[in-house]
Amino acid sequence: MNPETHITERPATLEVKDLHKRYGQIEVLKGISLTAQDGDVISIIGSSGSGKSTFLRCLNLLEHPSQGSISLRGETLDLVANAQGELEARKRRQLEMMRARIGFVFQNFNLWPHMTVLENIMLAPVLVKGRSKQASRERALALLEKVGLADKAKSYPGNLSGGQQQRIAIARTLAMDPEVLLFDEPTSALDPELVNEVLGVMQSLAEEGRTMLIVTHEMRFARDVSSQVMFLHQGRVEEFGPPDEVFRHPKSDRCREFLSSHL
Amino acid sequence: MDLHGFGHLLLAGTWITLKLAFTSLFFGLLLGLIGAAAKLSPVRALRWIATTYTTLIRGVPELLLVLIIYFGTTELLLRLFDQYIEISAFAAGVTALSIAFGAYATEVFRSALQEIPKGQRESAMAMGMNRWQTFTRILMPQLWRIAIPGLGNLFLVLLKDTALVSVIGLDDLMRQAYVAAGFTKLPFTFYLAAAFIYLLLTIIFMQVIRLLEMRANRPWQGAR
Repeated sequence: MNPETHITERPATLEVKDLHKRYGQIEVLKGISLTAQDGDVISIIGSSGSGKSTFLRCLNLLEHPSQGSISLRGETLDLVANAQGELEARKRRQLEMMRARIGFVFQNFNLWPHMTVLENIMLAPVLVKGRSKQASRERALALLEKVGLADKAKSYPGNLSGGQQQRIAIARTLAMDPEVLLFDEPTSALDPELVNEVLGVMQSLAEEGRTMLIVTHEMRFARDVSSQVMFLHQGRVEEFGPPDEVFRHPKSDRCREFLSSHL
Repeated sequence: MDLHGFGHLLLAGTWITLKLAFTSLFFGLLLGLIGAAAKLSPVRALRWIATTYTTLIRGVPELLLVLIIYFGTTELLLRLFDQYIEISAFAAGVTALSIAFGAYATEVFRSALQEIPKGQRESAMAMGMNRWQTFTRILMPQLWRIAIPGLGNLFLVLLKDTALVSVIGLDDLMRQAYVAAGFTKLPFTFYLAAAFIYLLLTIIFMQVIRLLEMRANRPWQGAR
């Protein structure tokens, strides 16, 4: 074995290599690579249409990439092209198990409206991780406490504000004990006065040392909380680095333009 | 309810009518779910089969369907096996009514499935749930809520369509009324009694449907 490839250090939490996504003739992701180590908080910024949400959704195959590889702690998702040239999981079971380890928070929360808040949080750990109902309930209540909504356990999502729903969606994701958390514009569907309660929860998660990828338009949050910032433009990484560098001394003109109109 | 000694026959007929309606409801719902899944499937052949099914069945009178299945199957079996095999009127009735109900239910389920936002499925799958779990825990309960009013209506129609099966000799409420009317020469009395029972059943099931609807809607009570 070649000594360079002899791995002694721990594999990256999440490693994405050369990810492409094509819709017919249009290529929306043109080869994106990213490595997230334990505790990294990576903000993904860029104008709409830059491909940032598509990139995030490709990571757990909500969207099918056309090319590239995705690994979680050294385990690579086994992908195979279908007739349309989209990559699908070769083994559905492996995909399900990897999805269970990757938390995903949606722009529109996507809580299940026919279940109470508590049931929303308890369901997947019981079904997917085989946790007991009792253990799952205790964990759910603790998480509700953590996001400041312990009194809403018995409520239905339809009776809650957007900010509350998103905090519950985050609790639901945390209940699976994911190794990495993906946030897809988590505050974009919220009224402005509700944005901060969600960002507050996310900041506390970052401070706990959780590994997070955040697609966001909240530049101040990206600057203050991230360890790395990735700027996407037309499906390519135009700029990548610590927030101080990216926000203060952007190398690319496009990034500079984007920041000047968003800060 | 004596009715010149025919009261208990009408009751027995009512029981058969109910059995017929509920058995057909069960298989019809199943067919409807399968039909809707096929209509929304990415596989073109499945979509084609489902569309052919709903078009064909909805284009043929239910009575004709009952006759085709009852007499047609017997004839088919005779030709295939060269011997006369009689199929039960009940089985033929259930088959015809299930197929008919299923065709209409397919449309109800299809539009209900399309009403559920895509994100509902996505959030379930993103947590590692498999397709079956996603369908039974996330989609079905929401599908049910949207579909109840439409399905309830179809069921009320089905309840009365069971009367069609009397033409092939099933002793349902309709046929018992017909027999009693003929025997006693009191058609008005017996047809009115049968009409009253159908009406009563309909009123009862309308209430049941209303309760089911309310129950399914409970999580949405006071929603913003």
